Amino acid sequence: MSAQIDARLEKSAVEIAGDVCARRVSAVEVVESTLARIAAADGLLGSYLTVLSDSARAGAAAVDQRISRGEQLPLAGVPLAVKDNMCLDGTRTTCGSKILEHWIAPYTATAVARLIEAGAVPVGKTNCDEFAMGSSCENSALGVTRNPYDTARVPGGSSVGSASAVAAYEAALGLGSDTGGSIREPAAFCNLVGFKPTYGRVSRYGLVAFASSLDQIGPLTRTVRDAALAYDVMAGYDPMDATSINRPVEPTAGSLLDDLRGLRIGIVRDFDTKVLGDDLDGLYRKAYHDLERLGAQLVEVALPTADYGVPTYYLIAPAECSSNLARFDGVRYGLRVDGEDVRAMYDNTRAAGFGPEVKRRILIGTHALSSGYYDAYYVRAQKARTLIARDFERAFARCDLIACPAASCTAFEFAAKSDPYSMYLMDYYTIPMSLAGLPALSVPCGWSRPPGGSVPMPVGLQLCAPLFGERSLLGAAHAYEQATRHALARSPVADGAPA
Amino acid sequence: MPTDKIDIRYVAKLARIALTDDEVEVFGRQLEDLLGHVNALSELDIESVAATAQVVESRNVTRADAIAPGLDRERVLAEAPQRQGNFFRVPRIIAE
Repeated sequence: MSAQIDARLEKSAVEIAGDVCARRVSAVEVVESTLARIAAADGLLGSYLTVLSDSARAGAAAVDQRISRGEQLPLAGVPLAVKDNMCLDGTRTTCGSKILEHWIAPYTATAVARLIEAGAVPVGKTNCDEFAMGSSCENSALGVTRNPYDTARVPGGSSVGSASAVAAYEAALGLGSDTGGSIREPAAFCNLVGFKPTYGRVSRYGLVAFASSLDQIGPLTRTVRDAALAYDVMAGYDPMDATSINRPVEPTAGSLLDDLRGLRIGIVRDFDTKVLGDDLDGLYRKAYHDLERLGAQLVEVALPTADYGVPTYYLIAPAECSSNLARFDGVRYGLRVDGEDVRAMYDNTRAAGFGPEVKRRILIGTHALSSGYYDAYYVRAQKARTLIARDFERAFARCDLIACPAASCTAFEFAAKSDPYSMYLMDYYTIPMSLAGLPALSVPCGWSRPPGGSVPMPVGLQLCAPLFGERSLLGAAHAYEQATRHALARSPVADGAPA
Repeated sequence: MPTDKIDIRYVAKLARIALTDDEVEVFGRQLEDLLGHVNALSELDIESVAATAQVVESRNVTRADAIAPGLDRERVLAEAPQRQGNFFRVPRIIAE
């Protein structure tokens, strides 16, 4: 790592909060360093669509005041990067789309509000694939974001700016949303921990809806402990989200494990290994062996329907998207393009406001829900979803956690995936868990030089637990992370100058 | 499953998106390709399977019918593309 990075920024969120609470450093100092780091690095990386310099300084000063009054805040002074599909009162919330390019949110998302209450300081809103639809950020209408480990490569998607920001020390905690892998895949590509909780555990209030039965907010962090702490702060019932789960949350940060003794970890027999590129198979075998070395018992499990995850997802998610995005009609907010009548106004507004991937998904979803096709496509996909969820139930009768790849390759170069379906296959390993609503995360498991690549790129191991199994999931990920320490093997190259 | 053919102009009309001729051609091809892939679902035996709308069990959620503060009207209307007083302004919908 280049010398110009303030050592305080290289600390984990937990360490920063501890230093601020103990008054070894002030929240204002941490935020000033972070803003300086963003000013130096973000011209190249493009993590942020909006940098919140003024409100971050004010927020940090408020945290320091609360500390001086004797409050103990679990995230005191932690610089927070918020994906730009989550509302923060008074700030621009674009979803990476021209249709919301100038929209100012009039309220704050529950997850963001809880982090702020715990002392976190939002320093900016981060780039994402338009309406969170994509796996490389190439679908953002508002900017390019680069992988901090090789700026010729994509950082993943769709929670991409939050990933690159945390990887490059432009924030200590990133907030993402995951519909089919949009936290776990960028975490894998950027050497981070990316955690998608059980569906309904974290309120979706203030998250701009993409596919409501799948969307879930979660953290992107440099350590498992940070992810656990952020989850503990965010999780819990919220009456503003009708699908928020009203049952007590088991805190996770206090029950991280040191080894995996007594845990049975399932290795999936049925995943199509042809999907896995870059000769990653050996690296994953090594990761499974490491789990065993830490005391876990490996058991082979069957997920026969998981192979149908991608086609199932690409009916259900577009169907829900076509319905959710109907609200962008040029009437109440966002872009309006006039036409000769109201119908032409809708048509022109949506033609000009949405990019190609969003249009594709609205069209496929509209088709799948239309008269004559509804049963054949949408209902069939919902039934396939039942089978996938059942597969996991059966598998979890034989194991406590499942381990598998987090992505089907390492970070690829820009414009490498030209046809939509090849991009959709990026989420082959993450979609089944999303369809089943399960908690899952990606944790760094090594490095692999992609074909033609100049440097090794990070690889992520996915761990998945039964519904509400966050505690054992994060606990086991922590044991693996501490024993292997893969994330420490290399520093991001981007320090404000091209690599 | 149905054929992979898709009447893209009709679907675009339902979705309220004006498409160029180029988009009709490109999206038509891409969506037919995608439908070819999703037709793999016809291999599954789903006759007796119930559909899943969302996975975590949840019943109809209601709240007390109590007055609570909502969003500030001025701030919401400030984001409207066009307003007239306290209303969103839209093109004429009903003919004279």
